[in-house]
Amino acid sequence: MKLTDDITLRVAKLSGIRLTEPETAAMTRDLGAIVGYFDILNELDTAGVEPRAHILPLVNRWREDVVTPSSDRDELIANAPARRDGYVAAPKTFEGGGSS
Amino acid sequence: MPLYETVVGLEIHVELATASKVFCGCSTAFGGGQNTRACPVCMGLPGALPALNRQAVEYAVRAGLALNCSITKNAVFDRKHYFYPDLPKAFQISQLYLPLCVDGWVEVSGKRIRIREIHMEEDAGKLSHDPWTDVSLVDFNRCGAPLIEIVTQPDIRSAEEAVEAVRKIRAALSMLGVSDCKMQEGSLRVDVNLSVRPMGSDELGTRAEMKNINSLRSIGRAVTAETARQIEQIELGKPIIQQTRRWDDSKGASSAMRSKEDALDYRYFPEPDLAPLSLSDEWIAERRAALPELPEQKRKRYPVEFGLSAYDTDILVSEKALCELFERTAALCGRPKDAANWIMGEVLAALKDRGEPPDQLRLPPEALARIITLQSDGVVNRNGARRALTAVMSGEAEDVDGYVTANQLAMVGDESALAGIVRQVMESDADSVAAYRAGKEKAFGRLMGQAMKALRGKGDPGRLKELLTEALGEG
Ligand SMILES: [Zn+2]
Repeated sequence: MKLTDDITLRVAKLSGIRLTEPETAAMTRDLGAIVGYFDILNELDTAGVEPRAHILPLVNRWREDVVTPSSDRDELIANAPARRDGYVAAPKTFEGGGSS
Repeated sequence: MPLYETVVGLEIHVELATASKVFCGCSTAFGGGQNTRACPVCMGLPGALPALNRQAVEYAVRAGLALNCSITKNAVFDRKHYFYPDLPKAFQISQLYLPLCVDGWVEVSGKRIRIREIHMEEDAGKLSHDPWTDVSLVDFNRCGAPLIEIVTQPDIRSAEEAVEAVRKIRAALSMLGVSDCKMQEGSLRVDVNLSVRPMGSDELGTRAEMKNINSLRSIGRAVTAETARQIEQIELGKPIIQQTRRWDDSKGASSAMRSKEDALDYRYFPEPDLAPLSLSDEWIAERRAALPELPEQKRKRYPVEFGLSAYDTDILVSEKALCELFERTAALCGRPKDAANWIMGEVLAALKDRGEPPDQLRLPPEALARIITLQSDGVVNRNGARRALTAVMSGEAEDVDGYVTANQLAMVGDESALAGIVRQVMESDADSVAAYRAGKEKAFGRLMGQAMKALRGKGDPGRLKELLTEALGEG
């Protein structure tokens, strides 16, 4: 796949990143090299390899349903850019704009 | 104007009843001061790693089995990316490629509504919008609570079917104990996807998705209103825009929230911090064997085993609390029909008076069974039994016999014997009772004759007649 500036800008937009023109060109070059590496991987014969979703041979790594203490609130939100009354304050969003 | 058909699919988010969140040990209990039930994991702080709650998987599998799904043995979690202040990691852990349960169905008036999948995911935090300033306040207590999302195929064709599908799914899930399924409190949330098309067409029209539907009733209203809106658009020659709409129940109408043009590409990829699941056939079979009797099975059993009507059965099996009360009361007093009648009548009426939902019912089956027994033995009359029930339900009395004694509700001597005879005769000759209630007054003589015979002169025939008349009138 050939990576173009259009694709870079779209990925940047989805990632919430603003790029200048020189940055875009540099990013297209770097990302292009990464995507190019996958083209090389795609040439490998994987006919006998089981598809897998994780790089480690681990499954069912779960814990029991036990409540553990939560963090101290003030400490937990201390690094938030803005706080009010124990809430994290965020730039105003219109109602119901999330997903799921 | 051509005839149109409405085509509906549902997305139902259900909060699972675990004690802790799905990927961390924070409590899922309702309430709590803002951000007091949060930690680095559910806040998405750098370096924090999720650890899957086994109970959440158990609940999700149980839901899948009850809704006739196949369980994906090697299910995987994926990251779904979007930016919103209630989602601190900027991605939600969900399932796209290999959801835990697939290809199920729920039966709605004799027809199967297919369930495409049930996947596991985490809930987001809660935003409050301060109208006076330009900030939104974020509380992460709910963030990371375990959810399943049940996605149906677009098999629903009317408002009634949509309501019925949700009722059936809700009844099954609450019977399983996997969720408290409270729509008002948001532990069961329904999104409705709806399009219309000319009757007979096989193609799907452009759909709108409706959110913020908070009750069974508003599901039906939302389907009806959106169907009308889309037909009107088409008749006016206007295009249907693919968009998300917010239902406003007080207005009985929806308004556009956002259109698909700014819809995001969620850039899904497998969650590298969670290992895949590997569920064996034996593991799944054990869960299947451990399922409780489901509403659909009870629906078939009650009319046959207890002689209940389809209507009574439907009400009882749709609410876990009523269903349990019925089964335990019936077993204790050995009078299933009386148990059903009391619950359908006095108990539901008392709940309605008190403005309480069935799951807040405070009525031990032992108490109801005792009340039924006392009445059928002729110790108390209907009115006394009713008073005892009210006292127990309001918390005024705990011990039925104690209450009956303290308030002198027991009928004395003759009275009690007479009531017993009335009861006995009405039970042994149900045909005459039915005939009398259907207007055949002659049947009264037959019943009175039998009662007199049972009385054998030991009591006041005038009073006996009064009691029989009263009991027949109560139907
Ligand atoms: Zn947490």
